[in-house]
Amino acid sequence: MSTQSLATAQAVAIGPRSGAAGRRGRIARRWRYATNAGLALLYVVLLVWTFTPIYNIVMIALEHEGDVYGNSILPAQPSLDSFWVVFTQGYWYLENFWHQFGNTVFIAGMVTFLVLVIASMTSFTVGRMRLRNGWLITNAALLTYVIPASFLAIPFYLIMNHYGLANNPWSVIAALVTFATPYAIFIFQEYGRSIPIELDESARIDGASPVVIYLRIYLPLMAPALVAVGTYALLLAWNEYLYQFLLLSDKRNMTVPVALAQFLNSDQAPWNYMMATAIIYALPPLATYYAFRHRMSSGLTMGGVKG
Amino acid sequence: MTAATVLDVGSPSAKQKRSFWRYWRGNLKGSEFTWALAFSVPYIAVFVAFVAYPVFYGLWMGRDPALYADVFSDGIYRDTVVNTLVFVVLGVNLKLFLALLLSGVFMRPGWLTKVMLMLFVLPWAVPQLPAFISLHWMLNGEWGLLNNALWILGGIEGPSWLNERWTALGAAIASHIWKWMPFWTVILLAGRMSIPQDIYDAAKVDGATGLNRFLFVTFPLLANLYLVLTLLATIFLLGDFNTVFFVTGGGPNNETHLLATLGIRNAFDLARPDLGVAVVMTALPVLIPLVIILMRKLRTAEVQL
Repeated sequence: MSTQSLATAQAVAIGPRSGAAGRRGRIARRWRYATNAGLALLYVVLLVWTFTPIYNIVMIALEHEGDVYGNSILPAQPSLDSFWVVFTQGYWYLENFWHQFGNTVFIAGMVTFLVLVIASMTSFTVGRMRLRNGWLITNAALLTYVIPASFLAIPFYLIMNHYGLANNPWSVIAALVTFATPYAIFIFQEYGRSIPIELDESARIDGASPVVIYLRIYLPLMAPALVAVGTYALLLAWNEYLYQFLLLSDKRNMTVPVALAQFLNSDQAPWNYMMATAIIYALPPLATYYAFRHRMSSGLTMGGVKG
Repeated sequence: MTAATVLDVGSPSAKQKRSFWRYWRGNLKGSEFTWALAFSVPYIAVFVAFVAYPVFYGLWMGRDPALYADVFSDGIYRDTVVNTLVFVVLGVNLKLFLALLLSGVFMRPGWLTKVMLMLFVLPWAVPQLPAFISLHWMLNGEWGLLNNALWILGGIEGPSWLNERWTALGAAIASHIWKWMPFWTVILLAGRMSIPQDIYDAAKVDGATGLNRFLFVTFPLLANLYLVLTLLATIFLLGDFNTVFFVTGGGPNNETHLLATLGIRNAFDLARPDLGVAVVMTALPVLIPLVIILMRKLRTAEVQL
């Protein structure tokens, strides 16, 4: 059979179908094009919506001070000068920048560590050792989770003054641990349900003390949840503003967000330095978030999809 | 158990004491109970010192009824209540409804969707302060990016967004949605992913596709989750401080405050901590029922399919 006759045979075979079925195919194809066009439009809108404020930070950070007060939508003479000024602390608002950055690192690190220790110990007693009336603790945690932190700020500030802890990083650490631990307990208990209790029981029969079970069995098996909660606590502590603003007022004790917000109060704020500071401050949490994104979202799923 | 307690069994008070401890001890033996207590002490201490004590201290500070007369006669407070209502109704519902729709878009297969999702969650990953400061400057009527872009691209003279009450409040709501919509989208996406594919297959056999599939299959299955998220988002929003504080600063003329920012303003700018606590306290009649419903929902059920 020649190729030509094969083609004819196909044409004949297709021929009768080009009525209703062909039209349906065309409609389906058009519908697909329309969907794709709509989707492309939606994606463009989403990208513009998402990136405009972020572009704004970057653009201003790349501008010279005079150009900030201008009417262009592109940086006039892009340069990295403002980043250099922040790095070398070359502006009077920024003279303690690296010290303040260190304070932020210290507070975020301590909060992460304490949240992991306290929440894992609590979830171990309630979930694994089955302490009687442990639900009281779970409920206390749940209650803390649903009370807005900003509503407790005023009494918390006054109490910290009574304790003589005002202007002390430990008061901020206490506040942030208080508000991060409930969610951590919640996630640990959810995750702990996937670990068979028989493991603990057999270790117990072999004479292992609770401390040994906690350290050798519970913590290693909880590693994924520990990573998710650790990331959560780190980001919470790094990003928090209100308590740090109220409790830390001394330049040497301040954290980066508090220092950053101080810029706003000055007339003719140096916006380019401020945005450069903001970018440097935002990079560590961004990197942490994207590095642990998948673990975070599995943790969020566990906590968030309850309902 | 020491020998002394064994000998004491006869006396009634010791028996009572023993049954009390036996009740608390449950199935834990000897030193295990001590360890269980030791392990739970840190959180109990944190809760008592930093949650229970501030809560009672706050209630005690706001005990004077005269304070509330002061609060309610304040015009700024009445504006704040209206703002809060508008913020909750528009902010929470728009945010969650858009998140629900977007989570459906992000269910599509393919690498493009994955890349889009990764870019889309950026506002949530950026710390609040840089984001809100940027939005604040972007909305500046004279030098801000938004009005510059409107002028250059469309020849439109944009308003001074932050100098008029309703545009300022709208700006704060839009900023709030910008920052938090990705978070709720990710959660609703997880909710959608937990719906088994067989349900959709069965629905397809019955002829449910497109909008019908969403209305009669997806949404009923997500409804409970959606309700819980609405309650949670409402509570989070009632306590939102950063959005308004940085985007509008409560201005112009203190017309765009929310309860949290007004409380802090009264306590620290006016140096009236009791008045600040009283402002926050007026949210309790709404907050307490929400908390009770939410705690029940969060405690009892997983997502039921």
